[in-house]
Amino acid sequence: MTVGLFIPCYIDQFYPNAAIATLKLLQKLGVKVSYPLQQTCCGQPMANSGFEHLTTGCNELFIDNFAEFDYIVSPSGSCVLHIKDHLHSDGQPEKAIGVRKKVYELTEFLTDILKVEKLTARFPHKVGVHQSCHGQRGLMMSQMTELVAAPFSKPLHLLNMVKDLELVELSRPDECCGFGGTFCVAEEAVSVKMGKDRVADHLNHGAQYITAADMSCLMHMEGILKRRNSQVKVLHIAEILNAEEV
Amino acid sequence: MSTGIKDHAALSDLFNQDEARVDWHDETLWFVRAKRDKAANTLEEWEALRENASQIKDNVLSNLHDYLSEFESNAQKNGVIVHWAADAAEHNQIVHSILKAKEITRMVKSKSMLTEECHLNEYLQQNGIEVIDTDLGERIVQLAGEPPSHIVLPCIHKKKEEIGELFHEHLGTPKGASDPQLLTAAARVHLREKFLTRRAAITGVNFAVAETGEFVVCTNEGNADMGAHLSEVHIACMGIEKIIPKRANLGVFLRLLARSATGQPITTYSSHFRTPRAGQEMHLILVDNGRTQQLGRADFRNSLKCIRCGACMNTCPVYRRSGGHSYHTAIAGPIGAILAPNLDMKQYADLPFASTLCGSCTNVCPVKINIHEQLYKWRQVIVKEGYADPKKAIAMKTMEFTLSNPSVYRTAGKAGRWVMKNAPFLVNNKLNAWYKQRDMPTPPQQSFREWYKKNNNE
Repeated sequence: MTVGLFIPCYIDQFYPNAAIATLKLLQKLGVKVSYPLQQTCCGQPMANSGFEHLTTGCNELFIDNFAEFDYIVSPSGSCVLHIKDHLHSDGQPEKAIGVRKKVYELTEFLTDILKVEKLTARFPHKVGVHQSCHGQRGLMMSQMTELVAAPFSKPLHLLNMVKDLELVELSRPDECCGFGGTFCVAEEAVSVKMGKDRVADHLNHGAQYITAADMSCLMHMEGILKRRNSQVKVLHIAEILNAEEV
Repeated sequence: MSTGIKDHAALSDLFNQDEARVDWHDETLWFVRAKRDKAANTLEEWEALRENASQIKDNVLSNLHDYLSEFESNAQKNGVIVHWAADAAEHNQIVHSILKAKEITRMVKSKSMLTEECHLNEYLQQNGIEVIDTDLGERIVQLAGEPPSHIVLPCIHKKKEEIGELFHEHLGTPKGASDPQLLTAAARVHLREKFLTRRAAITGVNFAVAETGEFVVCTNEGNADMGAHLSEVHIACMGIEKIIPKRANLGVFLRLLARSATGQPITTYSSHFRTPRAGQEMHLILVDNGRTQQLGRADFRNSLKCIRCGACMNTCPVYRRSGGHSYHTAIAGPIGAILAPNLDMKQYADLPFASTLCGSCTNVCPVKINIHEQLYKWRQVIVKEGYADPKKAIAMKTMEFTLSNPSVYRTAGKAGRWVMKNAPFLVNNKLNAWYKQRDMPTPPQQSFREWYKKNNNE
């Protein structure tokens, strides 16, 4: 099995530790992972702003970088959803369809393909889990509170394998954090209010860490936590699943 | 209801000046969402009902002409006078002409979002006709001189103390009184006199049944019935998408509507109107007003499945924190944001962007409209039609260039991180909307790519 590691642009630039943890975790689980060096971005920032017609360059680049792998794995539900829903190519349409079918968000890949049932990680802290919307509702990584259906959650399934980790319950388990790509600056007032409310839910329930399968939501909540000088930290789920035993 | 040049972001910014009020608004609507969840969970067949409703509406949209013709002919057989209006202006003129023929200058109206969409009240007032809204929430916003902020809960943005003030001013309740029971009793006395004295009543239509020619109006207050039964002239106004093929379909829609809207198993009144009583005239106006145009837009036609339950508003994290008026259109919230651009793409170009695309709206929708996907698609249409902010277009072009060229991307990334580390004032300033209320991420020493090149041990 060959796995291409897709690291979203903002993780590459601002949160390399989330990417390193993803790589190491996959390697620890015996997966042969390569990181194509010419990758940039999935094109979502443009597409969600209404400029999908400007994503041709990103699409072609993505296909060139990743078409050869058996699986493409990424520590971001949102970017994976964008590829799954919107990647297309007039020049190489079959390759585009192939890529869309084999791209996975990390916790999906661990749960559905590797069928991980045991991890060696230990993380002795109280953790609040933010269900990032695109991963949850788009990729259906967790059941959604709007639906009348049996509960499940791929991220929680994995976090429950982490030794000494204590999950905190939230009042609103799957409300959006308000990041929303360019929404966070175009609709600054509502975006910030949504972020403050989401952070407050975690703080009110005693979380020491907020984690998620999407770093963009965490970046948003981190911006709010830091402005308040809060001691609560954000951590990508890969960093917890890969936490060293102490 | 023009709000000038202010767009959703600017109006939301105003709404957010009072954070305690935003919290109150959010929690009030979240309470309704929670009630809806509870009601939905009492039916294990809930998801099957939604799918069923969605498919019935698919059938309706694919055979709209036939069902409308069937409905018209059955309604006419029942003694109803049927009118067709191509747009809002024609709808308003038809209402006016019916009243004029009867020399009626005062009337009552129960809730009808269609008449809000057509701005009927303003039109009639300009023509010397007084309209009293009889739905309590609608009457409150009417007294306040405001449009409804929610399609099911028109005055959800008002606190009981503010309603007390309005009633003190207009209905003579004691100053400072805000007890809901007292205020409701005062409204009841006030409205009873209107019901008894007005000769004409307008109602909306929730469902029109093609096979019988009857129409169904759902209310909790019985005000539609009071108006219609006490009037010489009953005018019912409906969008052409409100049609359903059979009476049996009501068994699906009535179960979904109130549970989705307020968490009730059913509305207090589900009134079936079929024939005028002796001496009464019953008119029904079928209104297009952009609906056939929307039907022709393959990506957006499903929006016509909407049964106006308001569940997408209650669940929307943006709506709850921006208020209905921030959408500056009769139908606010996620559904309004996919309906309004069809009517005026320029005026409502901002609305599809007033969303994080979280998808909660799509999940609560009782007729399974893919609302958040349509928001995404409207963004593409609006940009292509040239209604995007030119500054944004330039930024996107730059982004395209950077992200399409790996070496440019790496240089830009490195430069960006260097600036943030060494000259943070260039980023952390008033021009950066992120920084106003949020800190920037701490730039790391190296990108992942740089780390990988040094450390990868494949």
